[in-house]
Amino acid sequence: MKLRTALLGAACAFALAPAAYAERGADGHVNVLYWQAPSILNPYLSSGTKDVETASLILEGLGGFNEKGEVIARLAESVPTVENGGVSADLTTITWKLQAGLLWSDGTPVTSADAKFTYDYCTHPEGGCAQAARYEGIKSIDTPDAQTIVITFDAPKPNPYQAFVGGTSPILQAAQFANCLGAAASTCTDQNFMPIGTGPFKVTEFKTNDTVSLEANPNYRDPAKPAFATMTVKGGGDAQGAARAVMETGEFDYAWNTQINPEMQAQMAAGGKGVFLNGFGTLVERIEMNMTDPSADLPEGERSTVAHAHPILSDINVRKALSMAIDRQLLVDVGYGAAGRPTCNLVPAPELYASDNTECIPQQMDAAKALLDTAGWTDSDGDGIRDKDGKKLSILYQSSTNPVRQDFQALVKGWWNELGVEVELKNIDASVFFGGDAGSPDTFQKFYADVEMYANNFDGTDPEPYLAQYMCDKIPGPSNQWQGENINRFCDPAYDALVKEMSATADLAKRSELAKKMNDMLTKDSYVVVPLVDRGRLSAASNTLGGVVLNTWDTELWNAQDWFRVK
Amino acid sequence: MLTYTLRRLLLAIPTLLLISLVIFLLVDFAPGSPMSEIPLTVPPEVRQKMIEAMGADQPVFIRYLLWLRQFFWVEPAGLIDGWFGTSLAEGQQRIISWQTRSPVFVTIGQRIPQTLTVIGSAYAIGVLIALPIGIYSAYRQYSWFDQLGTFVAMVGYSVPTFFTGVLLIVIFSVNLGWFPSIYDTTLKVVDWDSFIKQVMQMALPVTVLALFNAAEISRYTRASFLDNLSQDYVRTARAKGMSEKTVVLKHVLRNSMIPVVTVIALGIPSIFAGAIITEQVFKVNGIGAALIGAIHANDLPMVQTLTFIFAVLIVLFNLIADILYGVLDPRIRYD
Repeated sequence: MKLRTALLGAACAFALAPAAYAERGADGHVNVLYWQAPSILNPYLSSGTKDVETASLILEGLGGFNEKGEVIARLAESVPTVENGGVSADLTTITWKLQAGLLWSDGTPVTSADAKFTYDYCTHPEGGCAQAARYEGIKSIDTPDAQTIVITFDAPKPNPYQAFVGGTSPILQAAQFANCLGAAASTCTDQNFMPIGTGPFKVTEFKTNDTVSLEANPNYRDPAKPAFATMTVKGGGDAQGAARAVMETGEFDYAWNTQINPEMQAQMAAGGKGVFLNGFGTLVERIEMNMTDPSADLPEGERSTVAHAHPILSDINVRKALSMAIDRQLLVDVGYGAAGRPTCNLVPAPELYASDNTECIPQQMDAAKALLDTAGWTDSDGDGIRDKDGKKLSILYQSSTNPVRQDFQALVKGWWNELGVEVELKNIDASVFFGGDAGSPDTFQKFYADVEMYANNFDGTDPEPYLAQYMCDKIPGPSNQWQGENINRFCDPAYDALVKEMSATADLAKRSELAKKMNDMLTKDSYVVVPLVDRGRLSAASNTLGGVVLNTWDTELWNAQDWFRVK
Repeated sequence: MLTYTLRRLLLAIPTLLLISLVIFLLVDFAPGSPMSEIPLTVPPEVRQKMIEAMGADQPVFIRYLLWLRQFFWVEPAGLIDGWFGTSLAEGQQRIISWQTRSPVFVTIGQRIPQTLTVIGSAYAIGVLIALPIGIYSAYRQYSWFDQLGTFVAMVGYSVPTFFTGVLLIVIFSVNLGWFPSIYDTTLKVVDWDSFIKQVMQMALPVTVLALFNAAEISRYTRASFLDNLSQDYVRTARAKGMSEKTVVLKHVLRNSMIPVVTVIALGIPSIFAGAIITEQVFKVNGIGAALIGAIHANDLPMVQTLTFIFAVLIVLFNLIADILYGVLDPRIRYD
């Protein structure tokens, strides 16, 4: 009986297997929920994920990334490489060829001039372009003919897939944005709200921070796609409400970033109307060690600067013991469930660059205690706190205000207390912590604490710029208005040399080796960065929505043209 | 009465200017930065450029004066242009939101309709159920109806809307599947079917808010009615042999409505301010949701403009309430 039922079920599923790719617009309407609502559909004026991802339904680049992190062609005929001659042997130019016969959604042809215009738009000094980093290091962009785009770099560029690749760097229509250069960028409300694009959908109505109404682009390059005639991207509420709308009430087909606690994940999954999709990228929740002294006794301008080394965290044994005392698996179970996994790496992906370092995952409380004992950190005065040379192991541990982070802080504090370390916890509103205001003492860059916890990742698949953040000259301090990215104030000439070497290396195997080495230098060799959790994306898709592939390397809506209704 | 009104209106101008300055400074000095929601992958130089493009690096007084000019001159001029086809505001910078890089009033214009429909009808329904409950509760004080009314009012007033909202969603959307849990702002009422849809999607948020509003107003009505029922003129009316209906619904009702009308008028600005929590729970995305979103994103122009509009409305409805008081109660004269 059971077998028969199963077979029947399988047969049904087969019979009902969707007639995907049948006809453009054949599957009616699809509802997408972005609980952080899109504010603008021009990714060059906002780098908020919600804006970039929604805009990617309309605007496309020459290439993009697939779910494995490989570069794929979008508007280009193919991906230029050194092998096919598209990238010059000295790595200073890349030549893209547009597909023949491409049209904008208004019916005009797409030409190389649009790409050149986009470059001018984003690099205009008064425009405040949010994606300017994508166009860094470009000397010039030439357009020998209407289909060809030649990008020339200042110096050899081992990773030339930055400009015009991925959702953060799409091509704008020159005709539409001609009057929006520089300071005029924000006066172009109509353009920013309803850009003309080449993607599978076009905007019919945009209500900022609320709803985007879209319809299939009549000039999309694949005549059979998209399967949906119309789409609504709705915003508002929170992650829990978004998950509920897909998993329990079934009102929506897809909900972005439904990060809810593991208990609630299980409860919602029982609703049976949808599934959670998870994918892992490069986002790592970590504890950063301050290598400089944040003591309030120091004069302002010297606190947390390289002028004074940290009294206790300068000892590698302390940093190592603190890392060993943490049970990362428990943190995942409490905070992230299916959307997280323990990690010891700063660069957890892509596979090519991920070090095989896993030794931190099992908690080693006894070994950590023994390590501190042998290093001379003992509880000499019997107050339960270890000390050495009159310095107590007492730590201020700060993070942003967020329920998961406060759970993590409490758990970690418990383990560190067990280790004999006194811990004071502090949490700071995220808008202040991440606000970067040089006048505030509470930004993560200023780091007026001994350790701090947050998450960071890198754009795209190449970790080079990310690893380069830990160079000596990127240390934040009063001289640069606290704007450096080397939060730990880590400084090692050998590390700087590796960064320089990587920037001049094109060979992938060699780059991979260098990246792993740098990752290890920051994590398991020095414990300056203590990675905790590799945080994935968690989104929810209805059982009736087919073709969804969660992509952590590009926008989540990267393949909306392939979505269809399961009938 | 007219001189009084004019005097109050003139006095409101310095008050409002002061309010606008205080709001501006408060919002500006609050910690946080418009860059805090930008991913950490965006390098510091790019962030600096973005702040410069927004004008957020200008000194605070320059920004305040610019905002005053935009609010009191450019925006009204733009409105007049829209009505009469003139070009008073042409080429002038409007108040631009940092989040959306579009005029703040475009967003407000999009948000007002759903806020007025949902919050406005919740307020109207709240008033409509509160008055009879309040009156009957007072008339039959300590009856089972009064006890029940008191209980419901206490519950409605003390249970927060984020709880009742989610509770109703779980019962009526998740388990029973009767009503949608998410408000569709793109729905246009053109025929009977779309009207039914609109009513369905308004049902839950309106219930939550109406319960909350009704609780407050019914208590005021009851208290005011009780005060009047024991007055001498009621005994006189009864002694004259008037019917109970005339006594209660004519003499007592009119007199006890005076404070209630004031309370209702003072509550009207809150309709425009939206109901931040209820709008979030049901994704109505009205003015309240716009304000909270702008606060999260440190979008100073949007927060400043919205809070100032609320301040204007509150000052205005205070005045209206005072005038209504005079109209309803001839003993009160302001001249």
